[in-house]
Amino acid sequence: MLHDLSIGELADRLAARELSSVELTRHFLARIERLNPGLNAVITVTAEEALAAAARADARLAAGERGALLGIPIIHKDIFCTDGVRTSCGSRMLDNFIAPYDATVVAKLKAAGVVMLGKANMDEFAMGSSNETSFYGPVRNPWDRTKVPGGSSGGSAAASAARLAPFSTGTDTGGSIRQPAALTGITGIKPTYGRVSRYGMIAFASSLDQAGVLAQSAADAATALKVIAGFDPKDSTSVDAQVPDYPALLNVPLKGLKIGLLREFFEGLEPRNAKLIRDALAVFTSLGAETLEVSLPHLPMSVPTYYVVAPAECSSNLSRFDGVRYGYRCEGPKDLTDLYERSRGEGFGAEVKRRIMTGTYVLSAGYFDAYYLKAQRVRRLITDDFRAAFDKVDLLAGPTTPTPAFAIGAKIDDPVTMYLNDIYTIGANLAGLPGVSAPCGFVDGLPLGLQLIGPHFAEAKLLGAVHQFQLATDWHTHRPRGYE
Amino acid sequence: MSNWEVVIGLEIHAQLATRSKIFSGSPTAYGAPPNTQADLVDLAYPGVLPVLNGEALRMAVKFGLAINARIAPRSIFARKNYFYPDLPKGYQISQYEQPVVGKGAITVLLDDGTVKSIGVTRAHLEEDAGKSLHEGLANASGIDLNRAGTPLLEIVSEPDMRSAKEAVAYMKKIHTLVRYLEICDGNMQEGSFRCDANVSVRQRGAAKFGTRAEIKNLNSFRFVEKAIHYEVARQIEVIESGGQVVQETRLYDSDKNETRSMRSKEEANDYRYFPDPDLLPLEIEESLIASVRATLPELPDEKASRFARDFALSAYDAGVLSASREMGSYFEAVVAALVTALGQPHAKLAANWVMGELSGLLNRDNLEISQSRISAEALAGLLKRIVDATISGKIAKEVFESMWSDGKSADVIIEERGLEQITDAGAIERVIDEVMAANPKQLADYRSGKDKLFGFFVGQVMKATGGKANPAQLNDLLKTKLAGGQPVSFNA
Repeated sequence: MLHDLSIGELADRLAARELSSVELTRHFLARIERLNPGLNAVITVTAEEALAAAARADARLAAGERGALLGIPIIHKDIFCTDGVRTSCGSRMLDNFIAPYDATVVAKLKAAGVVMLGKANMDEFAMGSSNETSFYGPVRNPWDRTKVPGGSSGGSAAASAARLAPFSTGTDTGGSIRQPAALTGITGIKPTYGRVSRYGMIAFASSLDQAGVLAQSAADAATALKVIAGFDPKDSTSVDAQVPDYPALLNVPLKGLKIGLLREFFEGLEPRNAKLIRDALAVFTSLGAETLEVSLPHLPMSVPTYYVVAPAECSSNLSRFDGVRYGYRCEGPKDLTDLYERSRGEGFGAEVKRRIMTGTYVLSAGYFDAYYLKAQRVRRLITDDFRAAFDKVDLLAGPTTPTPAFAIGAKIDDPVTMYLNDIYTIGANLAGLPGVSAPCGFVDGLPLGLQLIGPHFAEAKLLGAVHQFQLATDWHTHRPRGYE
Repeated sequence: MSNWEVVIGLEIHAQLATRSKIFSGSPTAYGAPPNTQADLVDLAYPGVLPVLNGEALRMAVKFGLAINARIAPRSIFARKNYFYPDLPKGYQISQYEQPVVGKGAITVLLDDGTVKSIGVTRAHLEEDAGKSLHEGLANASGIDLNRAGTPLLEIVSEPDMRSAKEAVAYMKKIHTLVRYLEICDGNMQEGSFRCDANVSVRQRGAAKFGTRAEIKNLNSFRFVEKAIHYEVARQIEVIESGGQVVQETRLYDSDKNETRSMRSKEEANDYRYFPDPDLLPLEIEESLIASVRATLPELPDEKASRFARDFALSAYDAGVLSASREMGSYFEAVVAALVTALGQPHAKLAANWVMGELSGLLNRDNLEISQSRISAEALAGLLKRIVDATISGKIAKEVFESMWSDGKSADVIIEERGLEQITDAGAIERVIDEVMAANPKQLADYRSGKDKLFGFFVGQVMKATGGKANPAQLNDLLKTKLAGGQPVSFNA
């Protein structure tokens, strides 16, 4: 079936003119129509625009143009602005917002001939780990529809896992690509902070947010990352460094690669989960890699640090949603204060409000030093821990999440337990490091993810290591039942 | 002398003269229809990001170098958070703890001729907000975001000023400086240059400052002076009647000439400043500083001391002539033309004419010196005729007026109207003789001791010659003749 093919295989068929982009697009649109109602992964379907874009891609192909992504469909997380298409960020606040421009990530993919099928559901303003905070309702995990797909890129993950598109975009502020990739059995990469432009990506926590992709394999992720990475003069925090040819760098032998096992990540990990991770690492050693245990003493402080820094930035970033220029405005405001209070009170959901309030508090006079400044200092210590670790090892490894997917509703009323779901992913965001999650087995029929973290700009090494693992294993080829 | 000492510090906002905004590509031109100069970044659309305008940074550095301040090798943009409809992001990007320009100082010349140094605590880059419009809209307010994102340099002084006059002198000096540096057009009507004044009073000799009030948004030198006067009197009255000055923000109402409370310290916003994660710390390399330094013009103080030294002018004259680059250039062009024509600068004469007659007509017609109807070369042409005694200073003023209105050269006007001075002693003597003959009574009175009548005879001779008699010559000849003697004839 077409949806079983990798991006490389699809591109080959398109190039050989055995398949048209319009046919491919129709195939995935049909899958969305049939399968999405049970998942709620896609909240806006742009069928007409998709078919038009596919026709344009076909014309380019007919003219002899070739491209790794030319004519390949995608679903974008609804955090990326898409010109002329609703960009809701999973919020009532932006339910009526038609973006007037394309995010740089979207523009780059569009220029490469990628066909957007629609926009993926997500936790409201990317704040959540289960996709239950969305104004559009929770996304269901294709492996078990009573379970969450993770978040905040839960719609993107579920869509890729259910093959509603060959791949999807996501963003990762505290694990929002890696955690849902792990819970839905796919491969997700969060690049180095600054590797991919944030322009047009609605900000949650600017110093942590990073765009990436969720795909069927490291090879597909490499193809996509090569297109979206690179310096953007519109984003001052994007890094002006050359983009390696990731797909060409996948076939590196693992011999001599030193992988550090994060002691802190295995402490208290349930034995069945720990075993899957250790089995996966055994594959790496069988391929010639060495493993050694390393410790990052400050890493256990990453969750509290994150829940000071991220809300602080979000409280300021979300101030622009005031009911004045765009987005939700309350009915009949009686004065300016009423306009602000009701537009924001009615437009934002509970989790977003909780974080805005937390963030406002930690930045307030009298609390700033004790919370914000202290968190920044701990953030530096965590970054230093990683740097010291990378003096000894090439990559760090551990689980992506403490557990497989949990039940919808199980944690939503207990924010702290929910926050702890990101305990293994947050460190990489605080330090700005690239991380990848790849499927490494199943517990009770639910996928679990192996996480690899690399030094800054080590995406090629990460993707190469996962690719070698995926050549030796078949976890990434498993399909959820009903979505084969 | 009053028992009270006034303490003033100013925060000046100078709009930087960049073509585009500080964090977006929108133009900064003044007066465009509402919201036509605001792009997605200025409107704070979801997902957009700020990118610093390098030119704004260079201008800030230029200012820092001009006041001998330290340029921070690393400075931080911070967010100042508050809600207001004309602030689209809900925060203003400014600099808080680490500004780009550190401590510096400027000097001002006070009325009594003393020079006072006034410290500049810091200067930082920030963006302006938009404007709320309340007129002409029923039951609604309009928002114009054209000004949102316009680059500002906020220049914060030390509390070094001790009178409204000093405050105005300081503000004028900064005004001169930013225009010299061509980093701000200085247009106060359009709000390109405005200030907030922190004012307090204390008993003379007290060690601690009194509680201050901040008067917002003063956009003319006159308002600064009047607002401070009012505020000082108000604070003294509060204290003398047993009350206490409260720390607050006040607004100056120029119609009523009073300040009114806007909000007290307790009502003040908690701005929750924190480093803007969208903008990396600003690293300023030595090479940037050096390249900006290379563009520094001669500064007002340097120009003034050069004028004083090279042209033997008073500190006051040198200060006035260097108050703007254009004025200084004009003056120097006049002097240069005189040197070419006469081999000497005649700087004092040139200074008097530029500061006196020329400035008078410019003021009358509300013109800048760059728009003067009389060029520096043309003025030199007139002054040349004073120096070579072709005309008297008095006639020169008439010629000057004509030059202003007709645009003709001094020589053409002198020629056309026959204004050339009479320097032929014989001719002057003949007129004197006629005048003496026509006024026998005054002559007799003069000779009997009424010396004051000398002026009468000067006047009569001048009248008879149409003012053209050489005044010095006339003086000598008249003295001798009135005394009854025969002058030793000489011809100029």
